Amino acid sequence: MRAFEYVSTSEVEDALAASERAGAAYLAGGTTQVDLMKDGILTPERLVDITRLPLRGVLGTGSSLHVGALTTMEELAADPLVKHRLPVVREALVLGASVQLRNMATIGGNLLQRTRCRYFRDPAVAACNKRAPGSGCAAVTGPARMHAVLGVSERCIALHASDLAVALVALDALVHLQSARGTRTVPLTEFYLEAGTSPDLETVLAHGELITSVEIPLPAKTTRSGYLKVRDRVSYEFALVSVAAALEITDGVVRTARIGLGGVGSKPWRARAAEEVLRGAPATVSSYREAADAAVTGAWTVPGTAFKVELAERAVVRQLQTVAEMSR
Amino acid sequence: MTSTPKLRTASRPLAPDATEITTALVVNGEPRVVVADSRVTLLDALRDRLDLTGTKKGCDQGACGACTVLADGRRVLSCLTLVAQCEGREVTTVEGLARDGRPHPMQEAFVRHDAFQCGYCTPGQIMSAVALLAEGRAKTDEDIREFMSGNLCRCAAYPNIVAAIREVADTGGTDARV
Repeated sequence: MRAFEYVSTSEVEDALAASERAGAAYLAGGTTQVDLMKDGILTPERLVDITRLPLRGVLGTGSSLHVGALTTMEELAADPLVKHRLPVVREALVLGASVQLRNMATIGGNLLQRTRCRYFRDPAVAACNKRAPGSGCAAVTGPARMHAVLGVSERCIALHASDLAVALVALDALVHLQSARGTRTVPLTEFYLEAGTSPDLETVLAHGELITSVEIPLPAKTTRSGYLKVRDRVSYEFALVSVAAALEITDGVVRTARIGLGGVGSKPWRARAAEEVLRGAPATVSSYREAADAAVTGAWTVPGTAFKVELAERAVVRQLQTVAEMSR
Repeated sequence: MTSTPKLRTASRPLAPDATEITTALVVNGEPRVVVADSRVTLLDALRDRLDLTGTKKGCDQGACGACTVLADGRRVLSCLTLVAQCEGREVTTVEGLARDGRPHPMQEAFVRHDAFQCGYCTPGQIMSAVALLAEGRAKTDEDIREFMSGNLCRCAAYPNIVAAIREVADTGGTDARV
């Protein structure tokens, strides 16, 4: 690990000021940051420990849930309002990582977790456009499996592995940001950048800018939601494919549909085309199949990831059936 | 405990960017002070500075659970925690479980059920199991397996680990809390 200067503070303004200079990075739960620093992938010169900032806790207003960025995954999963009104969020949380990691990892940090692409995480691999722009992509030509098929190109097929973010993009969550220059709010669906031509740029976050809270609009009480995670082992594993679905169904007709896909995107994937198919459609398996087909439009695969397209389609159909069943 | 200073940073610079940090924490009920390079993890501080080698270094990248300790009562991975982050926190390691010269009921149950083979993952398993009971999550064997999934055992002693936890949960779950 490269040497760094450690700074800790309990004041937001001090943390923002301390992170202004080039080479500074924030440290929260550390589950991504410390791990990647050990591997020499992240090499901050100054680490600003934000775990003592007053940005922790969950507050429900009438229409939204405000989650302090330093709330841990375990704390959010245990929140009564999350349990009752946001089952898709709770399920996405508890199906992720392990209890130890969820006690450490914060909500802000979860959204900013780095890809699990093993080529990105291996400093001995030279070709990685995310680490070294212009160097190529070892995953496109090498063995790939835990990689993305949507929002990708031959430049990068790295996957965004967060489960929580998949549920949050489906629910139109908002991210509140603060920097020394002021505050702003960004919809989570616009927070992430597709790999596109610049895989090294992952979010709209500016240097020194801090996520202070995440706002989750509460769905209508008639909405039913859930998270399906398909993976190689039954627990403590990243998704091959996952589906966050929230449906409002009355009289056998889908009124609103929200669908997020995980395990397939260079960013947490909002399947808007699938939602369009479902809006006003009969709540039947044939509608779900049509929606699933729309959900994976534009997939770009390499031999190791080709299986994900059909798996994602089947997972969408199954999860829509599961959530629709709850509406009966 | 004095209040946390507004900005806590280097006591003296080492290399151009490195810093040596003084961290006061409580380990197994005793106040301890660690003066260390900012890169030192809680795991390395416990093992190399405080001579508490019960906590094991397995993967050192947050995947295996061998380094599990309790920080302020919650189970965390000491390999991904910088010791500098532990200022004022209470850390419990496997060495801190015994009471009045007797092993913790969970430790006794692990012995009784032969819940290990090589034993390397065992301190982490036991810390995680003790936390599991405190969290109230040992209701079914399925729950035990799910909420212990962050602790890998390459010898695959899993059935015996579940049996040991099951027994403590059934016979004295609340008393077994730290």
